[in-house]
Amino acid sequence: MTWRKLLQTGWPIIPVVSALLLTGFLLIAFGVSPVDGFGAMLQGAFGDYNKVLNVTAFWVPLALSSAGLILAFTAGLWNIGIEGQIVMGAIAASWLALKFDFPSPWQIVFQLLAAMIAGALWAGVTGILKTRGRVHEIFGGLALNNLAIIFTNYLISGPWQPPEGGTFRGTAPFQEKAILPLFADSRLSLISVVLLVIALISVYLLLRGTSWGLKLKALGKNPRSAFLLGVSSERELLIALMLCGALAGLGGAVRVTSWFDSLRQSISGGIGYLSLLVVMLSNFSVVPTPFIAYFFSAVLNGSITLQLRTQLHSSLGGIMTGVMVLLVLLFGDIKVFNFFADQKTKELADE
Amino acid sequence: MKVSLNDIRKYFGHVKANDGITFTLEPGKIYGLLGENGAGKSTLMKILSGYQAQDQGEILLDGIASSFKSPAQALASGIGMIYQDPHDVPSMKVLDNYLLGRSKGLSQDRENGKGELLATAERMGFPIDLKVYIDTLSLGERQQLELLRLLALGAEVLILDEPTTGISAEQKEELFDSLRKLAEEGKTIVLVSHKLSEVQELCHQVKVLRRGKLVGESDIPCPMEKLVGMMFEEIPPRKERESYVRDEIILNVSDVVLESDRVIVRDLNLDIHQGEVFGLAGLEGSGQRLFLQACAGLTHPTSGRLFLKSEEITRRQYHKLQNTGVGYLAAGRLEEGLVAGLSLLEHVALSDPESKFVIDRAYFQELTEKRIDQYKIVGKPSTMIDALSGGNQQRALFALLRTPLKLVLLEHPTRGLDVRSADHIWQLLLSRVSEGTTIIFMSADLDELVDRSDRIAAFSGGKMSRVVKASETSADELGHLIGGEE
Repeated sequence: MTWRKLLQTGWPIIPVVSALLLTGFLLIAFGVSPVDGFGAMLQGAFGDYNKVLNVTAFWVPLALSSAGLILAFTAGLWNIGIEGQIVMGAIAASWLALKFDFPSPWQIVFQLLAAMIAGALWAGVTGILKTRGRVHEIFGGLALNNLAIIFTNYLISGPWQPPEGGTFRGTAPFQEKAILPLFADSRLSLISVVLLVIALISVYLLLRGTSWGLKLKALGKNPRSAFLLGVSSERELLIALMLCGALAGLGGAVRVTSWFDSLRQSISGGIGYLSLLVVMLSNFSVVPTPFIAYFFSAVLNGSITLQLRTQLHSSLGGIMTGVMVLLVLLFGDIKVFNFFADQKTKELADE
Repeated sequence: MKVSLNDIRKYFGHVKANDGITFTLEPGKIYGLLGENGAGKSTLMKILSGYQAQDQGEILLDGIASSFKSPAQALASGIGMIYQDPHDVPSMKVLDNYLLGRSKGLSQDRENGKGELLATAERMGFPIDLKVYIDTLSLGERQQLELLRLLALGAEVLILDEPTTGISAEQKEELFDSLRKLAEEGKTIVLVSHKLSEVQELCHQVKVLRRGKLVGESDIPCPMEKLVGMMFEEIPPRKERESYVRDEIILNVSDVVLESDRVIVRDLNLDIHQGEVFGLAGLEGSGQRLFLQACAGLTHPTSGRLFLKSEEITRRQYHKLQNTGVGYLAAGRLEEGLVAGLSLLEHVALSDPESKFVIDRAYFQELTEKRIDQYKIVGKPSTMIDALSGGNQQRALFALLRTPLKLVLLEHPTRGLDVRSADHIWQLLLSRVSEGTTIIFMSADLDELVDRSDRIAAFSGGKMSRVVKASETSADELGHLIGGEE
């Protein structure tokens, strides 16, 4: 077994171990023993029952938008606009929660549906900008993210301002029946977990067994060949983006109706960008995605305890996940190791 | 500058692109370098201009052995090349592009550069505007600019690769005048071309390559027959085959004009019959590919009309044409046609127009096995397409064509295949033809064109030649047509 073979079989371990090592060195540099540091993080994530529920509650919307992103990435789309799609979903759910009054189960059903539609439409704008206006989805998405955040701020400080006066922080708490039924005393709703499982299985089946999933794969790998084989790119790309947006919107609804109880200023808390990292780490496949998302959620929630215990800023968790993704992107393509060997065969007679 | 090439060899796998080429270029002369596709012209010029290195042999500049690792190094030694696609920066202004690579270090000497550029342009007789962006210029203007840039950087040897493709007649005259002027100043000039008339018009001497070897040299003027004889080998007599040509016209092309940034095809008029095999000859980039793409709906004529049977298809999109029975196979297998990372079965499922939402694995497993058998592909339904050998990828492409087909458009259908595989592909194609399918194909292989076609036309610089019957033509005649002679 040569070292190259070793690398090929063991490569997924490398970035994870390297990120842990690097974070360990950072801890040492700040005078904290890595054992204490990581111990505090572990405590913070899984120390007691409530903490586990908390990590799980944070995980659900993160995994939802990650599941959506797998569709977009399979089609070769960089849906950076996922953040805005989460926000628009949250706004739509909040709108129904604040301004409408449906009989009990329907209130929640309509809220979730409205959130999915809003997320899908917001993603659809990115899609139309791309297919019709030739605006790259990264730029279109970034612009729409900003618009969505500005729109939230306008609503909070304007029309949806709580009666007791603007605090610029959020709307008034939603009516009772607009909140998802919560598990025990936590911020976790079992309904949202069920929805997540359904979403993950649907994405898995769509990509594995349907001709639509096959078309997406072909478009993502080689749009030109896919076109020549008869795949219409515009429709499929648009549908992929809108489905992704629908799942992100659902995630946004889960945020406002279980993690919070109102529309807040930074409602997404960056989970859109975080889910981009999750799917990059999972190499855009469905099976590892929920586990990686859970790991991210644990690290981020754990680092809050780290801050309390060691006075180190909780962004250390962010650093750790960020480094991990960077290293995966660096080493992820195993062809890196064959780079020099390949050079020769690439030179072909091109007359 | 005197350039001597001594036993230059360059192999790509088992293909001998340059197989021991030796010749000398004298200063003050214009040379024509002739040869058909794959003769080794471009490889040789890329070696001379530092774009790629030879496997063996040496280059002497004024008697001194030189070797270059990059085009920049070659240019520093005085060798500059103008490519068919000028290597400029389309989003830059003329002056900025000119200054690129000229100034050493961080500072740019804009004022001197400007003066220099204007003076050289004046001397060459090129009208230029410093403030416009490169991408607003015509190909001919970009070429002129590139020439000025190379001169300013001290090029003593100028290589031009098919410089007259895609430029106007007027620009061609300007270019030729300036090249003559430069030769008088003592520069060495090489014109890589397949247009015999241009070589006759401009060059002092011609060198002919065939299959990687220098097969002839001659002073100009030289009889056309002699040039054609050197360029093309004799074609073995055509094997007789049954003709399936019917009376009905399947494709009618009237007054079609096609434009790309490389070449303009003008006034194309053609009728192709059902069951006919129509071959397109011509060197790469002469317009035949553009014509095939227009028939496939991948590009549309700027004027004129196309009819499939009696339906007008001038502006019809590719996917619609695909559904009405037009098939198109591009030359690049993994770039345009196959998707690396998907299996054979997935390709069959993807190209099936009646594929249902949920993929019926068992059905496609059986269908793929059938196609594998029929097309003699070495592989299994689960084999990734990029794991197949080149020949098998080619066969897989044919296996993905729909049935029935009215019209099939093929670019280099058997390029890279051995004789037996090529024969097998043609048998399958001809069995479709016997059922009424029409084939239009382009090829660089004269044998293939003469053997497989019913009729042949050649493209040269965007102009289609007269149409000849494959059973009555000769290498000599085709050579003339490819070279733009009537």
